[in-house]
Amino acid sequence: MARCDSKAELAFIKDAVVPNLHYGVWPTEVSDKFSALRHERVRQPVIYVGVTTSSIVAGALKTKMAIEQYLDDYAVDADVICVGSHGLCSLEPIVEVQIPGKTRVAFTNVTPDRVNSILDGVLNGFIQPEYAIFQYHSEIHEPWHGIPFKNELPFFKRQNRLLLKNAGILCPDSIAEYIAYGGYSALAKAIREYTFDDICRIVEESGLRGRGGGAFHTGAKWRKALQVATSDRYLICNADESDPGGFMDRLLIESDPHKVVEGIILSSYAVSASKALIYIRDRYKVSIQRIQNAIEQAYEVGLLGYDILGSGYSLDVEVHKGPGAYVCGEETALIKSLEGKRGMPTIKPPYPAEFGLNGKPTVINNVETLANIPEIISNGPQWFAAFGTEGSKGTKIFSINGHASQTCWVELTFGEPLATLLDLAGGVKDGRTFKALHLGGPSGVSVTADELDAPIDFDELPRRGISLGSGGVQVLDNTVCMVDLVKYFMHFIRNESCGKCIPCREGSNRMYQILDNISKRPVSNEGHNTLERFKGVIQLETLAEVMRDTSLCGLGQTAPKPILKALKSFRDEFEEHIFDRKCRASVCRDLRTFYIDIERCKGCTACAKKCPTQAIYGTPRSSYFIVEERCIGCGICQDTCKFGAVFFK
Amino acid sequence: MSKAEKIEEILERYSYLDSKSLIPILQDIQSELGSLNEEAIVLVGQRLNLPTSKIYGLATFYNQFKFEPKGKNHICLCNGTSCRLKGAKWNMVYLEENLKLKNGQTTRNGQFSLEVVTCMGACDHGPVISINEEYYREVDPEKLKHIINDLTQE
Amino acid sequence: MNITIEVNNRTIQAHKGDTILEALNRNGIRVPTLCNMTNLTPSGACRLCVVEVEGRDTLVTSCSHIVENGMRVMTHSPRVVRARKTLVELLLANHPDDCLYCERNGFCELQDLAAELHIRERKVLRKSFTQKLDLSSPSIVRDPAKCILCGRCIRVCDEVQSVSTFEFVNRGCNMYVGTTMSRDLNFSSCIGCGQCVLVCPTGALHERQNFAEVMDALSNPDLIPVVQIAPSISVSVATEFGLKASKDVNKLLYNALRKIGFKYVFDTAVAADIAAVEMAAELIARKGNGNNLPMFSSCCPAWVKFVEQWYPDYIPALSAVKSPQQVMGSLIRNYFAAENEINLSKIFSVSVMPCLAKKFEAQREEMTTRGLSDVDTVLSTRELVRLIKLYGIDIQGIEPQHPDKPFNIRSSSGKLFGISGGSAEALARVVYHKLTSKELNDSKITEVKIISGVKAFSFNAAGQTFTFAVVNGLKNIHSILPVLMEGDVKLDYIEVMACPGGCVNGGGQPYVHEDKYVKLRTKAIIEIDEAEGIKCAARNPLVKAIYDDFLGETGGEKSKKFLYTRYSKREVLL
Repeated sequence: MARCDSKAELAFIKDAVVPNLHYGVWPTEVSDKFSALRHERVRQPVIYVGVTTSSIVAGALKTKMAIEQYLDDYAVDADVICVGSHGLCSLEPIVEVQIPGKTRVAFTNVTPDRVNSILDGVLNGFIQPEYAIFQYHSEIHEPWHGIPFKNELPFFKRQNRLLLKNAGILCPDSIAEYIAYGGYSALAKAIREYTFDDICRIVEESGLRGRGGGAFHTGAKWRKALQVATSDRYLICNADESDPGGFMDRLLIESDPHKVVEGIILSSYAVSASKALIYIRDRYKVSIQRIQNAIEQAYEVGLLGYDILGSGYSLDVEVHKGPGAYVCGEETALIKSLEGKRGMPTIKPPYPAEFGLNGKPTVINNVETLANIPEIISNGPQWFAAFGTEGSKGTKIFSINGHASQTCWVELTFGEPLATLLDLAGGVKDGRTFKALHLGGPSGVSVTADELDAPIDFDELPRRGISLGSGGVQVLDNTVCMVDLVKYFMHFIRNESCGKCIPCREGSNRMYQILDNISKRPVSNEGHNTLERFKGVIQLETLAEVMRDTSLCGLGQTAPKPILKALKSFRDEFEEHIFDRKCRASVCRDLRTFYIDIERCKGCTACAKKCPTQAIYGTPRSSYFIVEERCIGCGICQDTCKFGAVFFK
Repeated sequence: MSKAEKIEEILERYSYLDSKSLIPILQDIQSELGSLNEEAIVLVGQRLNLPTSKIYGLATFYNQFKFEPKGKNHICLCNGTSCRLKGAKWNMVYLEENLKLKNGQTTRNGQFSLEVVTCMGACDHGPVISINEEYYREVDPEKLKHIINDLTQE
Repeated sequence: MNITIEVNNRTIQAHKGDTILEALNRNGIRVPTLCNMTNLTPSGACRLCVVEVEGRDTLVTSCSHIVENGMRVMTHSPRVVRARKTLVELLLANHPDDCLYCERNGFCELQDLAAELHIRERKVLRKSFTQKLDLSSPSIVRDPAKCILCGRCIRVCDEVQSVSTFEFVNRGCNMYVGTTMSRDLNFSSCIGCGQCVLVCPTGALHERQNFAEVMDALSNPDLIPVVQIAPSISVSVATEFGLKASKDVNKLLYNALRKIGFKYVFDTAVAADIAAVEMAAELIARKGNGNNLPMFSSCCPAWVKFVEQWYPDYIPALSAVKSPQQVMGSLIRNYFAAENEINLSKIFSVSVMPCLAKKFEAQREEMTTRGLSDVDTVLSTRELVRLIKLYGIDIQGIEPQHPDKPFNIRSSSGKLFGISGGSAEALARVVYHKLTSKELNDSKITEVKIISGVKAFSFNAAGQTFTFAVVNGLKNIHSILPVLMEGDVKLDYIEVMACPGGCVNGGGQPYVHEDKYVKLRTKAIIEIDEAEGIKCAARNPLVKAIYDDFLGETGGEKSKKFLYTRYSKREVLL
């Protein structure tokens, strides 16, 4: 992906725009330039392709190539621009087209084979409404007929997109566009008008709390670091998002990296840090590329480096690629990893805000937390504090997936009920029955239908035995086995635990063994075997408590949460596994045996052909049978059988 | 260029050698050589003045670093919650039973290697796998079988 | 005493800056610990020292939390005890329960904890352990199945010994303690000092046993078992036999060893005297021609291996004189055997050492004469104790005896070899006596400051100034060595003992829970030196006799042949 800004453009930004950023009033040549960058009036068609990790998997790059091929083939002059994500992951690839005089209109599921027909239509002023999903609202352009406006769509209407206001709209690789949309004005304002202390105070007043899961007051954390008398402080942006099923931060960086960079600069200024580090997992190639590009551009136009905006404040930002360990989301482990050591947490106190990287005060904030800062500075703490509830201000970004009708990425104001998340995701996929909403990752909890009225709130949810987590949300339908799910989480924890302290290392291992034991066919059918299994479940509760009480870091302390909650909300399912040896969702592989009903089987051979382990035998046109030892329980035969002859016990 | 020379070349790129540059150096070496090995660890240890045991301990801590050479076809299998719910488990079972391939391993003929990762960020399209950076969506054992067959025949 | 805290509803006094654990221990309240080590920074890994602090959500580790005024602590509340019990149960679930057959049976901290917390039920069914025993090292045996991952060996190897052989490998439930590339110990940088064995709470690390060979030899009528015991042993074993700590039981040991069946019993301190005399000659010669100065001590085999691995350039600086153990071994084979007309190969030469690296040294191929090892086998102090107990000898009830001729008179400086600074002191006395024919006493010694952590002194003899440095333990050795070698102060001799405190704290010594015992051992040796008459090895009549009788002159042909050796670079995974 090429950089969007030309050298000349960057030079213009550097010389004409940046020095006057804080005035906010522009001479004509600049406002014309901004208008062009915002694509308010276009001379030739502009085609926007949403390119993010998620859409790349959906084929966005192939779509982009097809578009370029089309333009080439038909000698059409048009600009092709990469943009971020609107959050409608299920509808990707999304392509938007803006032709002169008309509003910008978005098409979904644009696979390469649809490119020709869609572009043929739209470039000639004609739209196939089945592919178009929304158009942008604009005073100066003529709208398309019969296409809803973006802010009319329930999906956008129900959200409060403060941080995501630019996501999907602007090009993440262009600092010029970001500035044209009002970016970096908060930084200019802060550096002109506020001292370190002022910003700390503003953030304290705004009531912003950390979005990474710990919900610590951001301002208080900064204040702590500011109070240590030293010349060197560090700010670390934790972008090592590693909850399975959470991709909030990644999409934010991919869609609007400059907002994150601005947040980093502002926060570094607030804690008077001389260096900021971004810790991001090496695997997230697209995010790394975009944030690195954003940093380079910021350096080039003089918003980073020596003497930012003539304030005398200098800052360097470095990107560190995390080699991948879940535990490195923990502050002290992250610091160890940055120091080139095994990412094992250390004891607190001392807290990183006092004694962190290289022994210096270090503030570690999550990507989303930092992205809030420019908004707070621009609009003031009161504006921010008006959103949300008593204890939880502002908005929270969620990524909703699992068995959701549509996988999406949304931003909601605090105080909305959890049910909104389910609504935004369009309910459960394929009309299946809703079972639970899992909030967070391996240390999150599953919420049942009757708890969905709980408000999204850092304080209220824990009172109801729920934790908000970092923002990953999984919709679970009735094909999910809760035992299997918590077993999966415990398996994750036992592998991702750093292994340093006994409760977390041995406790998670033991819990996994107990869960594994009850999801397996018992070796013998003797009477006390069931008793043993039941005793294991009793032990789970003790273990959970000890793990929470004694673990060294947050990973171990929160790891038993899903089990405790599941034992409470889905106890019957556990009991079924133990006493009846039955998995109602038929997920626990060892508890199910497939067999073919002789009466129904027509001998069509379909299942035998599809069986990945060749476990199905028989003669065509007479009934088949399954060899139990070979069967891996994948259930493909059942899905394949047109006659409904495959069952499991 | 021999392996040692390549490693030397990577080390040349770092102006300041201390334990802080250890992870980036190992990342560079791995992307150059495909995996780490004893030679690399010894060389890096000498230059950074670090005990090899510490480098080995660090490398085995993180998911990214591998000591087994990657297979010709490197399979990354997403086992994030979403992919898991949608059946990533059966793909793992399939690979284990048919290719005798477990996480972090390489088949004996060097054709395939498997890395189980958590969340590729493409939750809607799960279960997702990528083979040599090429993505496959909504993979079930049946589809996987075809993918593997195609790759074996190439 | 300026802080008051409340513990279990009773007020106690604490120092400001104390950890909760220190404050508790000072007030006689014991809290179990596994990963905690005195003088090392707390790691907070084992979580056994948790206590309940009012106002805290979770339990806190007492080893790392600093006391605050008015803190209210519960050390043995039901919540705390249950947590500790569960933790130990979890460890036991993953630990082979073959205690009766375990090397550490009776000295095992995990065993003690289980007993203390009254664990009487096996919550997890027995499973089989697949980890391989590592028998590759001549000094140390590793049994990974018994490792509870407390990390003490890693920390002692890193922070105390600067060797860094061990590190945690992998993560989470797959974590184990391993060496580079998970190779066997003999490929690793291990120097065999055995400090890790001393700190290991379980049987995961223990010495390589040479017990059986010795028993075989003792019962073999064709062999003549001969034994030498190291200077530091007599002051280290008293508690093991129910005697007052640090009581010198040297003479009782001679009798005990004879009762066990050793034909001849010798004192290694005599060999230390001879080694000192030879080293003095070597040093004076080096000082004369200015080559290979400063001279390094070579009586610590762990240190010698350390130099061979990390600093091959310094190998010429090592004293070429064998260590006392090997000097004695060589003299037994070549002098004593001839004197007593014993066939060489009939002698089974055993040495009892406080050291595990000595087991390695005895196997070095440089340490042989005519194809026979100077020393056949080495027992650690702990093995000696076990041997005495096995033979049912009641140390308290036997008569003191003297060692056998011709190695029966030692100077008190021979005994000093057992402590840090001892060999430097002994050597200084000989050098001074050699050049001036007078005794060196404290008034003629001036202390020299070079670098913190290293003691140094100098003295004048026959118009020359000699400066000796004493490195106690290998802590920070990588930064100390360059200063010593190339610093402003020109040194003549550097004594290095791998174990902190010297051989009294060697890896083969009986397990102690507090370092107070090590100090007592040191004190006992110093007291012996102060009390005795012959303080200088050169004035030991026996040494003179051996030279007259057999060796000829110091540094002469025979000395070179029997008492000198050479070292060479060693390729291991550093």
